[in-house]
Amino acid sequence: MEDEGGRGGARRVAEVLSGDRRALARLLTLVENGAPEAEAALAALFPHTGRAHLIGVTGAPGTGKSSLVNELVKVLRGRALSVAVVAVDPTSPFTGGAILGDRIRMRDLAGDPGVFIRSMASRGALGGLARATADVVRVLDAAGFDRVLIETVGAGQSEVEIARTAHTTVVVEAPGLGDEVQGIKAGILEIADVLVVNKADQPGAEAAFRALRASLEIGRSAHGDAPATWSPPIIKTVAIQGQGLAELAEAIERHRAFLDGSGGGRERERARLAAELGQRLRDTLYARLAARLAAGRLEGMIDRLLARQIDPATAVRELLAAEA
Amino acid sequence: MDERKIRVLVAKPGLDGHDRGAKVIARALRDAGMDVIYTGLRQTPEMIAEAALQEDADVVGLSILSGAHLALAPRILELLRANGQGDVPVLIGGILPDEDVPALKAMGIAGAFGPGTSTETVVAAVREAAQKKWSRERGG
Repeated sequence: MEDEGGRGGARRVAEVLSGDRRALARLLTLVENGAPEAEAALAALFPHTGRAHLIGVTGAPGTGKSSLVNELVKVLRGRALSVAVVAVDPTSPFTGGAILGDRIRMRDLAGDPGVFIRSMASRGALGGLARATADVVRVLDAAGFDRVLIETVGAGQSEVEIARTAHTTVVVEAPGLGDEVQGIKAGILEIADVLVVNKADQPGAEAAFRALRASLEIGRSAHGDAPATWSPPIIKTVAIQGQGLAELAEAIERHRAFLDGSGGGRERERARLAAELGQRLRDTLYARLAARLAAGRLEGMIDRLLARQIDPATAVRELLAAEA
Repeated sequence: MDERKIRVLVAKPGLDGHDRGAKVIARALRDAGMDVIYTGLRQTPEMIAEAALQEDADVVGLSILSGAHLALAPRILELLRANGQGDVPVLIGGILPDEDVPALKAMGIAGAFGPGTSTETVVAAVREAAQKKWSRERGG
């Protein structure tokens, strides 16, 4: 039990702050599992967060995100920035297990003490992933990494949520995935601060580039063109050859400078914390209520909903009235 | 709170390019509900130890078909110990002559599985190794 008590926890926090990678890896597991001792550690680390620039990288499967992240890390390392990578892969909804394979494409980064890569499974828990990722990222931030890259498969709402926790969100597209404008349909463009057309040497890249540019222009005119707004650049890359990566790193840095200069960074951080506070309040209140309700009460209510004997809004009022 | 998932690193050290076995095992472990960190081909012992550290692996599974298991295994165990991960069980699967198994066990390999081992056997061994490690942590 040496690790579970308050003193062990405080020691671990000190070790994480001093750059101990083993302690860091351990704490990430505790945080990911929502272990009780993680909460105290996160509280102790919170004042040390807010320094890293958080970069979300998202896109459909097959766009080459992992290779892109691999190359981007190399560029950042060339600028003497330390980098942590959180690579999220989907949990199988059928078995609860996951194959986390992003390290395959990041083998170039092995042996570099300025890089730390952590794989995470999405677990399929609604809302849970965004929170677990936010906490994992926070620990890496406190551990002193200059940049934290968060790589997710941009397929669902929770991935979009994660991307939103980043300061700069990079959305990756690639030609030849069957539909050049898939991202546009999914509404994922709206979260992009920087757009990448990866595999730019392949047929269809130019069409993908033009489609992106056109839809960005539509978005822009709809929002009106205030001078202080950021217009997402579109960067062409060939990640496996390292092409376009310096430009991508530049674009991310420009966005960072824009956030710092315009006050947008502070605004984003405020919105992010407000959303997190709201989410945590909802989760906590729900858990508290569910714990107080008589056994089977919730299930019984669901049965009544199913039989159309009650509607959801009235059900909530009844449950809350019974509780009060 | 989420239940704790077994984090198992599946790595393929050495220079042969056959990862079918490793992939079959990775899928079987995934289907058993584990989080499988799959690192791919041609991993050096240093890369494996580094990944085990960063990923906080509960178990390391090595697939070795090259015949170099008696050279690779002690090196990987040594690096894990140097990183403070001497408590992480290491299992090996692949082309392992029966007569080498006692030597592997003696150097601290937690399980060695030759050709023809069922995936069920491997899944059970990984689960048992992880649970033993966890109970040591709780007891220690």
